[in-house]
Amino acid sequence: MSGMVDVVIVGAGPAGIAAALEASAQGLSVTLIDEQPAPGGQIWRGVEQAQGAGTLGQDYVAGADRARALRASGIDYRPATTLWHLDEAGVASVLSSGHSDQIEARRVILATGAMERPVPIPGWTLPGVMTAGAAQILLKTAAAVPQGPVVLAGQGPLLWLIAQQLVAAGAPPTLILETRRASPVATALGHLSGLWRGREWVAKGLTMMRAVQSAGVRVVTGASGLRAEGKDRLERVTWSGGAQHAATLLLHEGVIPNVQVSLALGLAHEWDTAQLCWRPRLDAFGATSETRIAIAGDGAGIGGWQAAEARGRLAALDAAHRLGRLDAAQCDALAAPWQAELGRALAIRPFLDALYRPAKEVLLPPDAETIVCRCEEVSARRVREAARLGATGPNQAKAYLRCGMGPCQGRLCGPTVAALIADERGVPVQTVGTYRPRAPYKPITVAELADG
Amino acid sequence: MSGWGAIVIGGGLHGLSAALQLGRRGAKVLLLEADRVGAHASGASAAGVRTLGRDPAEIPIAVAALEMWRGIAGLVGEDCGFVQSGQVKVAETEAELAQLGERVAKVRALGWEHEEVIDRAELRRVLPAVAPHCVGGMIVRTDGFAIAYRTVLAFRRAAEAAGVVVREHSPVRGLERSGGTWRVRLDGGVTEGAPIVVNAAGAWGPRVAMLAGERIPIGYSAFMMLLTSPLPPFVTPVVGATGRPLSFKQLASGHVMIGGGHKGTGDLETGTYRLDIDRAAYSARTALELFPALEGSEIVHAWCGIEGVGEDDLPIIGLGRSEGLVHAFGFSGHGFAIAPAVGEMVAQLALYGQSNLPVAPFNPFRFS
Repeated sequence: MSGMVDVVIVGAGPAGIAAALEASAQGLSVTLIDEQPAPGGQIWRGVEQAQGAGTLGQDYVAGADRARALRASGIDYRPATTLWHLDEAGVASVLSSGHSDQIEARRVILATGAMERPVPIPGWTLPGVMTAGAAQILLKTAAAVPQGPVVLAGQGPLLWLIAQQLVAAGAPPTLILETRRASPVATALGHLSGLWRGREWVAKGLTMMRAVQSAGVRVVTGASGLRAEGKDRLERVTWSGGAQHAATLLLHEGVIPNVQVSLALGLAHEWDTAQLCWRPRLDAFGATSETRIAIAGDGAGIGGWQAAEARGRLAALDAAHRLGRLDAAQCDALAAPWQAELGRALAIRPFLDALYRPAKEVLLPPDAETIVCRCEEVSARRVREAARLGATGPNQAKAYLRCGMGPCQGRLCGPTVAALIADERGVPVQTVGTYRPRAPYKPITVAELADG
Repeated sequence: MSGWGAIVIGGGLHGLSAALQLGRRGAKVLLLEADRVGAHASGASAAGVRTLGRDPAEIPIAVAALEMWRGIAGLVGEDCGFVQSGQVKVAETEAELAQLGERVAKVRALGWEHEEVIDRAELRRVLPAVAPHCVGGMIVRTDGFAIAYRTVLAFRRAAEAAGVVVREHSPVRGLERSGGTWRVRLDGGVTEGAPIVVNAAGAWGPRVAMLAGERIPIGYSAFMMLLTSPLPPFVTPVVGATGRPLSFKQLASGHVMIGGGHKGTGDLETGTYRLDIDRAAYSARTALELFPALEGSEIVHAWCGIEGVGEDDLPIIGLGRSEGLVHAFGFSGHGFAIAPAVGEMVAQLALYGQSNLPVAPFNPFRFS
């Protein structure tokens, strides 16, 4: 057991770094743990080594400053360290270099970010099919582009960002299958004030799309009925009305909060009707229903990196207040600019959420044989059967089919399993609940646990 | 308020089994579950079907239950994943082996012949992957295991097919007896009535008993389990140890389940639990020392099931002091296997006031 610290922060992306810097500036002792070998999280992954600022864009450059500030701060930063269990009393069980250790903290800030929404189409388990985010990781850490011909399918800002990054890296995708159904103009008319406040983001988005289109990338809009086909690996992508030979298919239907740890702790969550996902119930500073624990960043609700930084700062100020370093007035005064920043960063979200709302076939695979749980190879048909046999929610289906019991702990199948059960029972998806993930949050070997 | 023949409190495997047997005997049964069916010990169980090493008081029930498990599909309409893999208790020292020998002799003297002692060579034959220091063991070749939640759902469906009405999220708030009827008070001003009430509320059994004014002071534990990712087949029987707590099995899917009575912390108010990481580490060490092949395997799940535990590690089964009340809870971490038979016992107690199997050792009031 390491000694007691004031705050343990989990995740060194924009929110975690901001929280660590702020907590440390307020005189708190901080331990920052992160799975990755270097700071930056998903958006700034590999930012310290990045050569290709031109490829990856301006936002990526901002990350280099934050990483430098973290390195210069003297904070107890532990890279390549995985949280595998968290006790609500503040004891974090972590795994690093094959050894399990426990960190005891007065407060916990979870900054574990977002994950890509699963896109369970027929054939999505074939080699050659991956998430757009996975391709971006390759690009950022290995400057590697996926094997062509590449098809990008789905929707959302990240889809266009990756397309642009592939174009800039000299490996433009062969085809973009955009699954968006909403009309940009009609949606925009409903969100004028948010668009105005978020005009900087809109401009960035339009630039991105123009860059991809001017590179001559073919774009099919309103695509549906996607299938990945091939014998031992991906050979072609088909959709209603077309087919394309492909070696790589990158799927992306937006991101959702990674709520694995907060669900495992049994914290209160609420269904986000705009983003169609669960998010933890939080106060204005990110405190959860278990007041020792706060959540910052996209894990609190999707908002992007500027919102994540603001939430990280706010959670750290709240920690300083609760630990007696700041009185209420001081805390509020320091928080005000970050609250304003958060409001500004979130203004564009309602527009984006409406524009990129996933289609029903993404949430609820229509093909019965589509694999839903990749780890245990459970099909949509078997989940529906379990629901008919009495499994009322994802936890019951898990106990029955072992879906969600694999190494991903249900992160990839949870939303789909819930949607299938709800559909089979004819009730709204938020009423069937979620998996209650179990520790270990990330696999730990028997030998590593025995050693702890 | 309607004419129920019996109300069963608790939708774990024991409540469902009792409801099934009452329903099959013609009673109109309402089953009330405070949470969801199988939410606690039953759904979280390692699901061992074991006559091996039972307390002598439980042997008749365990042997009768094993017979029922062999025909489980006939009872509940599906096989519940039950396999007769055998169960082995490993001796790590000569002293432990001698202890097992005495145990088998004692059980044989009582007239039971299901257990046998095996030597080092036979242990190697049934458990090729066991660590070399193990010297022998005790085995019941006809024992096995099932799949916990599948079993719970199968019992639920069978009970419902027998006319049982299962009502989830229905905690019981009050129990009163008047005019030969139990009034069972629920939330929202709802009251249900029946001449018979079965208390099968598991860890919450003492609380339900108190509602009827009966003090049955037993405790509870949150038994902890670990599950690994799938491994190639390397062990067939369910394995226990003699000198330290362990229960170990490999499922048909390749996953290895490690339990054995290590405890986390349960909370009866919220129904939640906390793992005890130090005990989980101890459990992993024991498993690793007995099966070195586990070294690189990953643990993918750890969980607890909250369960009532008696001071003598024996369940509470018997008539209450009040008329028309039967208690069946506190199975102390080894109730899964005997649930089919206990359901029959409870139905017999409720309807006829006595059971075909000996019930005296489980007297609800033996602690007070």
